[in-house]
Parts: sequence; C-alpha cells; structure tokens
Amino acid sequence: MQFSKSMAALFALLLTIALPAQALEIEITQGVEGALPIAVVPFPYTGKGNPPAQDVAAVITADLGRSGRFRTLPLKDMLARPSRADQVDFRDWRAVNVENLVIGEVLPNGPSGFMVKFRLYDVFRGEQITGFSLPTTQHDLRSTAHQIADMIYEELIGQRGAFNTRIAYITSIRDRKGKETVHLRVADADGYNPQTIVSSRDPLMSPAWSPDGRRLAYASFEKGRPSIWVQEVFSGKRRKLTSFKGINGAPAWSPDGRYLALTLSKDGNPDIYIMDVRRRSLRPLTRHWAIDTEPAWSPDGKYIVFTSDRGGSPQIYRMPASGGKAERITFEGGYNARASYAPDGRYLTLVTRVNGDYRIGMLDTSSGDLQVMSRGKLDESPSFAPNGSMIIYAGRDRGKGVLAAVSTDGRVRQRLALQAGDVREPAWSPYYQQQ
Amino acid sequence: MITKRLAWLAMIAAAMLFAGCSSTGTKEGEGAGGAAVVEGGQGAQTAGAQQGGAWTGNPLDNPNSPLSTRKIYFDFDRSEIRPEFADVLRAHAAYLAGHPSTTVVVEGHCDERGSREYNIALGERRANAVKQFLEAEGVDPAQINTISYGEERPEAFGHDEAAWALNRRAVPVY
Repeated sequence: MQFSKSMAALFALLLTIALPAQALEIEITQGVEGALPIAVVPFPYTGKGNPPAQDVAAVITADLGRSGRFRTLPLKDMLARPSRADQVDFRDWRAVNVENLVIGEVLPNGPSGFMVKFRLYDVFRGEQITGFSLPTTQHDLRSTAHQIADMIYEELIGQRGAFNTRIAYITSIRDRKGKETVHLRVADADGYNPQTIVSSRDPLMSPAWSPDGRRLAYASFEKGRPSIWVQEVFSGKRRKLTSFKGINGAPAWSPDGRYLALTLSKDGNPDIYIMDVRRRSLRPLTRHWAIDTEPAWSPDGKYIVFTSDRGGSPQIYRMPASGGKAERITFEGGYNARASYAPDGRYLTLVTRVNGDYRIGMLDTSSGDLQVMSRGKLDESPSFAPNGSMIIYAGRDRGKGVLAAVSTDGRVRQRLALQAGDVREPAWSPYYQQQ
Repeated sequence: MITKRLAWLAMIAAAMLFAGCSSTGTKEGEGAGGAAVVEGGQGAQTAGAQQGGAWTGNPLDNPNSPLSTRKIYFDFDRSEIRPEFADVLRAHAAYLAGHPSTTVVVEGHCDERGSREYNIALGERRANAVKQFLEAEGVDPAQINTISYGEERPEAFGHDEAAWALNRRAVPVY
C-alpha cells in the first residue's frame, strides 16, 4: 500500500500535458498554494471544412501552467464545457474552486483562415474581464494561442507575458558514422516549430539575440577557425564581424543594439572587447592576464558582468561598460560562470558548482544571496525570459542534452519539447519589435 | 588507474628505445624501404637501428615513435604540462626543429563540465601551454598555430571521470 501511495504521489507530481505529436513535461516541484486556479475549457471548432490541427486551449493551459503562477484545472474535473457566453454557469466553476475561467471557440475565417474568439471571466464576481477575436491561420495558430496566454497572464498577474516569444539554441546530430552536424535553431518559447537557420560540420556556439529580436550573433568554427557572425533571423542574411587570431566568441548585445561585447584573444589571452556593430570599431574593455570571457550587459547598459579566473577560480565580476575597475560579485562556491541579467537588473542567472554538480543559480545582486534553481549535474547556459518570469537552461537527461525551464520562484520546472539530437545553449529572445 | 599508468610507462619506454632511429627520418632515395626491411628482418631492433631506420616512412607515422603520441592530457581546470608528457613533447619539438618547413596546429580541448565559453578559454590555455613548451625546446613560433575547441569536440562521449580525463587534452595536428 505504501508503494501505491508513493506512486500516486509521483503521478501527481509529474503532470504531463499531452499535445498533438509532441509532449511537454511539466514537473511541479513545490506546492502551488500561491498559484491562481484557472480553467481553460477546450475551444471547439464551429464551422465547415477541416478543423484546425492545433488544440488552442491545450497550448494556453500548458503556457499558464509552466509559468508557475497558475494552477490549471484538469479536463476531467470540469463539470461543464461551455464555449459561448450564454453557456457559462459560474456555479460549475465555483464548485471546483476555480477563480478564473477561459472559454472560446475557433471559427472559419476566409478560405484558409481561422478566427479565435476567447473570453476571460472572474468566476466569483461572475463577470467577464476581457475578450477578443483574433484572426489567424493554421500556421500561426500556436502563436495566437501564446498571444491569448500572454493577454490572460498580463490581465491577472499584472505583468507582460512572455509566451509568444522564441528561443535560439544549438543542436548537434551525429550520423551513423559518428559525423557531426551542428545546427543553430530558432523555435517558439515552448520548443515547438523549430527552424534551422545555420548548419555546419564545425562547432556553432553562443547564440545571442539582438534587443529587437531580429538578429542573432553567434560564434562559428567554419573553415577551421573561430569567427563571430551576425545573422538576420528572417532573411537568413549574415555577415562576418570578427575573425581575429585566437578566440572569437561569447557575443553579447548592448541594450540599445549598437554594440557587441565579445571575447577575443588576439593580444595573447582572452579579454573582453566592445565592438561598434555599424562602424566595426573595437575597444578593449578588460586587460588582464587571466581568462576574461562571457560578457553580459546590465539592462540599463551601464555595466558589464563577465567570468574571470583572475582570483584563482572562475567567478563573476562587474565593471562599468565604459571601462574601469572590475569588482568581484560572486563569493559562494568555487565555480561561478556565464552570468546574465534579469530584466529588472537586480538578479543574475549563472552556472554555479554545488558539491561537484553544475547547476543554475540566481544571484540577488543587492543582498549577495545565491539561490540554486536546478537539480542536474551538468546544467548550463541559463537565460531569463524577457519578463523575468522564467529561466531557460540546458541540462542532460540520460546522456542527452535537453532544454529545461524553471519559474523564477522555483516552483515549476519543465522540460521543453524538442526533437532528437543533443540540444544546448538556449537563449530566450527579447520581445520582438516591429521595425 | 594502475594499469593505465603502466601502459603509459611501457609506451614511453618503447618510444625512448626508438627515439634514436625515428629522429633521423627518412633518407632521400631509400624509397619505399622494402629492401631495408628485408635486410634488417632478422632482428628488427639491432638491424633496424644500424640501417638508420627500420621505419622508413614518415617518422610522424611511425607507431613506435613518441611522435605518434598526439594526446597530451591535463588535470581538471589546469593547463600545466604533466611531467609524463615532457618526453613526448620534446620529441615533437625535435621533429619540428628538424623540419622548419613543417607546421603544426595545436588543438586545445576540455571536458564538458562548466560553461562553454569559459572552456574555450581554458582549451586555448592548454594549447598555448604546449606551444610554449615546444618554443622553449627551440621550435620557431611561426611553425605553431593553436585553436581551442573547448568542450565542443569530445573524444570520449561518457559523462564520468574516465571520459572527462580523455577529453581534457591538447592535440598537435600536423
């Protein structure tokens, strides 16, 4: 009996939300008492012709659930399945202690389009909070679902949602002969719709989004030497920025998009340089015999944090982006590296070694507190969502590189749905800005 | 661990035995060396040495030469040359000094632990440690290039110390 009880507990912990073709695994790691109970009722297709191949409500449910801010009601616990306003009986939802209700439907819209209608209700007040009709296509249906999740999130949490954003990452695939092909890919923030934007037989590393979400900088070892490239995500057009002797790596955009901080070892050992992207002019930022690498800008553009082993082990240092004195900011643990800022400028996420394991940490720069956010042995490459609500990182599962995300309150950890291959170095996009 | 050490010692011992002949290299006109091998065939060691090389191909390809050792291993987060690799690197230095038109690219590699760009920097340090050793032994700096692959090109695919030890390496590629 003990056994079945613990098994039941395990199943309760591993809440798996099935989606067509792929699966998202969401692990609730701590109680979700503070989370808002919400029900998202399946959106039926009401029209002639082929129904859409995406379950819109399932995408919204998965988004809200993985943010850690919502507790989503399982389908089997729904006493009714309304899709229009006149079908809603708030007693059905008060009975299962749901505070907010989302209903909607998908309608045909023109020869190949769809219209997604949704309404968000406050169950206890019995009122509609918001409601929209969004025109879309089969291709953009997931994106529309993410937009709806963003609207719900913003309405109820009071902070902009980050579900309709993207991630860039590196995938390595080996053929039967062991020959490796490395891809730089871009996918939705939940791992769906992956698209390859660069492929190479040689390593690709360190993708970094420009602040407008339109360009990616990355390091490539094509032609047998490292170089830094900037590529337009939509057109695929790219240009080589640097190919100096030695290391060319770790590109990081300034918040205004004018500069790239990067690591070069052209003068003998790895130092951080700032390049004016348009003028291609270069100025050194650090000059030290130790390793200085992995620069990242503070959101206000005033500071750069970086990894240095000048004190004997890799630790995070901060210095003014205009140059000056480097100040050590990590003191816990023998290994802290690859830091990047949360949008609030207060927290940093980084790789930290804990009892020999490499894990994702979150450093409060005001108090100096370092909180460990992940549980793997080889976790790396963390970056914040553009609203600071989640951290995406790379870990290993049964020897394979996988991507995971953890809510910044630490309550929900999730493995992203991605296809075969060794996946690593995720970078969460900023909010996309129209030109 | 012990058997691995012994294997290394045996390799280094064998390498030292053959060091004399391999460094003389292939003489012009010796051809493919079929005759030399036949001549020295009765006792490969003595006859071969006398003839100036039982191995008459490129000394870099001689499996009995220390030059055939191309993996210089390192301790975790370190880039110092371990003493057991000094003789191997001296042989490479002697070869390069004797072949001033030959160039070598020293690759630096790391195990998978820690962050990737830091490992690129660490791999470069390992490659540079080998470069500096060779230069101290008289090799023209212009003959040596370096590249760091960090943890991007593992040799062993495991996720334990045995695999990591094989991946923390510098490799002279001729």
